[in-house]
Amino acid sequence: MHNLTIAEISQKLKAKEFSSVEVTEHFLNRIESLDPNYNAFISVTREQALAQARAADIKLAAGDTHIMCGVPFSHKDIFCTDGVKTTCGSKMLDNFVPPYNATVVENYLNAGAVMLGKTNMDEFAMGSSNETSYFGAVKNPWDTNCVPGGSSGGSAASVAARLTPGATASDTGGSIRQPAALCGITGIKPTYGRVSRWGMIAFASSLDQGGVMTRTAKDSAIMLNVMASYDSKDSTCVDQPLEDYTANLGDSLEGVTIGIPKEYFGEGLNPGTLAAVEAAIKLYEAAGAKIKSISLPHTGLSVPAYYVIAPAECSANLSRFDGVRYGYRCDNPKDLEDLYKRSRGEGFGDEVKRRILVGTYCLSAGYYDAYYGKAQQVRRLIKQDFDDAFKQVDVIMGPTSPSPAFEFGSKGDDPVAMYLEDIYTIATNLAGLPGMSIPCGMVDNKPVGLQLIGNFFAEAKLLNLAHQFQQRTDFHQQAPADIA
Amino acid sequence: MDVSEIEKLAHLARLNINDETIDETAKSITGVLALVDQLQAANTDGTAPMAHPLDAIQKLRIDEVSEPNQRERFQAIAPATEDGLYLVPKVIE
Amino acid sequence: MEWETVIGLEIHVQLATKTKIFSGSSITFGAEPNTQACAIDLAMPGTLPSPNEQAFRFATMFGLAVNAEIGKRSVFERKNYFYPDLPKGYQTTQLAEPIVGRGYVDLQLEGGRTKRVGIHHAHLEEDAGKSLHEDYHGMSGIDLNRAGTPLIEVVTDPDMRTSEEAVAFARKLHSLVTSLGICDGEMSQGSMRFDVNISVRPKGQEELGTRTETKNLNSFRFMERCIHQEVERQIEVLEDGGTIKQETRLYDGDTHTARSMRSKEEANDYRYFPCPDLLPVIIDDDYIEAVRKMLPELPDARQARFEATFGLSNYDAGSLSADAATSAFFESTAAACGDAKLAANWVMGEVSARLNSEELSIAAAKVSPEQLAGLIVRIKDQTISNKIAKTVFEAMWDGEGNADEIIEAKGLKQVSDSGALEKIVDEVIANNSAQVENYRSADESKRPKMLGFFVGQAMKASRGQANPQQLNAILLAKLEG
Repeated sequence: MHNLTIAEISQKLKAKEFSSVEVTEHFLNRIESLDPNYNAFISVTREQALAQARAADIKLAAGDTHIMCGVPFSHKDIFCTDGVKTTCGSKMLDNFVPPYNATVVENYLNAGAVMLGKTNMDEFAMGSSNETSYFGAVKNPWDTNCVPGGSSGGSAASVAARLTPGATASDTGGSIRQPAALCGITGIKPTYGRVSRWGMIAFASSLDQGGVMTRTAKDSAIMLNVMASYDSKDSTCVDQPLEDYTANLGDSLEGVTIGIPKEYFGEGLNPGTLAAVEAAIKLYEAAGAKIKSISLPHTGLSVPAYYVIAPAECSANLSRFDGVRYGYRCDNPKDLEDLYKRSRGEGFGDEVKRRILVGTYCLSAGYYDAYYGKAQQVRRLIKQDFDDAFKQVDVIMGPTSPSPAFEFGSKGDDPVAMYLEDIYTIATNLAGLPGMSIPCGMVDNKPVGLQLIGNFFAEAKLLNLAHQFQQRTDFHQQAPADIA
Repeated sequence: MDVSEIEKLAHLARLNINDETIDETAKSITGVLALVDQLQAANTDGTAPMAHPLDAIQKLRIDEVSEPNQRERFQAIAPATEDGLYLVPKVIE
Repeated sequence: MEWETVIGLEIHVQLATKTKIFSGSSITFGAEPNTQACAIDLAMPGTLPSPNEQAFRFATMFGLAVNAEIGKRSVFERKNYFYPDLPKGYQTTQLAEPIVGRGYVDLQLEGGRTKRVGIHHAHLEEDAGKSLHEDYHGMSGIDLNRAGTPLIEVVTDPDMRTSEEAVAFARKLHSLVTSLGICDGEMSQGSMRFDVNISVRPKGQEELGTRTETKNLNSFRFMERCIHQEVERQIEVLEDGGTIKQETRLYDGDTHTARSMRSKEEANDYRYFPCPDLLPVIIDDDYIEAVRKMLPELPDARQARFEATFGLSNYDAGSLSADAATSAFFESTAAACGDAKLAANWVMGEVSARLNSEELSIAAAKVSPEQLAGLIVRIKDQTISNKIAKTVFEAMWDGEGNADEIIEAKGLKQVSDSGALEKIVDEVIANNSAQVENYRSADESKRPKMLGFFVGQAMKASRGQANPQQLNAILLAKLEG
């Protein structure tokens, strides 16, 4: 049952082959028995899930036709869930039970989908390996000595291990696409503003975007149909007509122009990854797409620009965690300053503190222009690279990540080595463009991800291209050896 | 980035940094700043800063009360309250 | 040495919107603590700001009223600092691109002097909550009801040279925002709060002296006292060979002293940057013109109209037109009684005296314009004298009813019946024969002065109700006769 896709579960629920309670219980039991191996969940909400499943069964019996009605899935623990602990992977919020729902959470509730639990993540979404989670690292189901990627490592691993048919996630610099690549699944980060950020705990407001992780492109389309909405509570949400992302999955690849940026194939790219990505591009070409070499000349500046903008925004976004109104508060503060410094010092992990300090530095008097101002200018140059590229091509393709999953601790104490993990994904966030990763091969029994980058609001095009690839390949159907 | 600079930043950000780890913190932040210093090589003459991916403009909310009093719910998750107030160590102005 | 004082003001004006600047929470004054603080105001994780349209309209109205450029593109920034009354750890405010740009206000000063004070800019921002310092087991209590209340912060150029000018500016600003209806002007509730930047320099020196900023002034009286004290302090320090330390001082309205603020001593680094949760607000010419058309009458125009239409003096027109509520009270009274001059005298006289002694705003006056007009009508038709009218006014204020009811109930009607008055006069003459003799034998020129005695006696006998003109005429006739 756990090998079924969301589309298949939906169809079988409607055909009364099993009930929502049955399929929900199946996944809950799998999580209970298998998740100790992966640590993909921070909270499992069994009672709530079963109550939602019972409600969904009543709706299904009454003829509810919503495609996700009764379908189990999971939320990344960055989305606030009314009455359910929402930690953002941090000790700071270990005791935080929000009295409200994220808009994304509301959207899935309204669709009748069944939440199994909340998935593990790097603390405040800051990390590319899931090693910064206060609740312990998530293990990659393909090789439990390796990281699942991050920050949405719990969502990625739980989908790869068939603990959940799909999961929500968020992507600030690659946090959906990189773990999707490392766990051999499909993930999409929509255009900035397509998905409401209300109730999604902020890391870097101008870069954060919610998205989904599933095994197939079709399932991503189904989940994104529910997730995307216009929300007046988020000023940066775009009031753009919604579209049915499943509608164009079958479109032909004939005449599609794919741009291959030379900067994404330079030094540091794993040869196995390179070979898999090149093979995937050849497959597209064979299926009728035109391949065109392009240049995104400012790619090399995307990581430096990102590590000014994201820390700057996070340094302010995380100031609200002060031990006064919710969250962690240190014991016996001797004065106000002690309350702040110890609550924050004890409540945040090292990586979060490092980024707050870097952000504080970049915004401080005398440094603003050289760092923040400069990074904002470079951000525009990066966006212009993409604007120019999309005058010539329909979609851009390349590797998602420079190499497949790496072992725990292998990046050592050097944060910069970890930051370079996102060298191919970060520019997309800076520009605000939609991006996807789909499995396209294996290196040393570990999955490789192919990245697809589209123009603004070209999610349907990306999903179409991903689906067409998956019609011709079976990488997305492969499962880690010990997943039955 | 030396220890005293880190201490200044940590104070601005109200973060306690352990004495044992402060050297390590200084070292790693120096590394990150070396990375971001690559920006200085970029030619950005005449390039306007970009704060947002989309050139959208702000929508404004109609001035109507929409939020009911939920003090009990909100304060149920607060570390310390009394008489409806959040408690903090004495504020000295 | 002769010193020159240089004063600049920063004024926080709470806008009279229904809701906060970034949330749909009510901003009604005096609510139970934290009952008007929603998830956004409490900076709960994942919440986002949603800017209030009315706040922008009000700010635009203000800008037009002070002859300012309106910022067609305005941008919110984050001002970062930690304080328990600031839930997000940053204040959302405007810096580089404010809604109101350069403008000015013209002041009328004593002796007909005028003065132009430059407005450097005015920006929209959110108010902070309140720290309550009563002792909660050695802790402070935080109330976030006020957090997120929309403010415009008006920043003047350092154009004022005396406390008189500064207070005149403050009064003018109060008059403007209340006339615009964008602020309730209740200074005791903190609706307008003044920060005063003061420096002194030797007369003739171009360069400005080091300034101090005194915060928390919420009355014109405090402001005047504070400026006097601070100027004296600075001159004393300088004349003793000392230097002025740039600092923030806090005025205490109870002790009338200011002291250096400990919490602001450390050098602040606010790390402003554009708020990534909000987009630029764009205002076009059509919007600005629509707002301009909606502007109510402003105090200067109203003063001119009061002079022209009602024939009031420049001074009377000025003091009645300053405050929108007072203007409305005056105009209603004048319309209902048909005598603007009497209405003006009563509003500036008895009404204002009672309001002052009871520390009430005109909105809380215990006599309505209709009631006051009813009283004035009875003065005009000579039912009561001016003196009796004051008694009637006091009774009306104390809730004893309308003028006619009180006059009737207390039997205060003026005696104009000549028969009754003659009887009183006859009695006075009969009872004071010696004085009558004196009067009659006195020199013509001294008689008017001596008449006062008889008027007083007769008035007394009539319990103050005699029609004074009539009484005079009868007395004269009888005494001369």
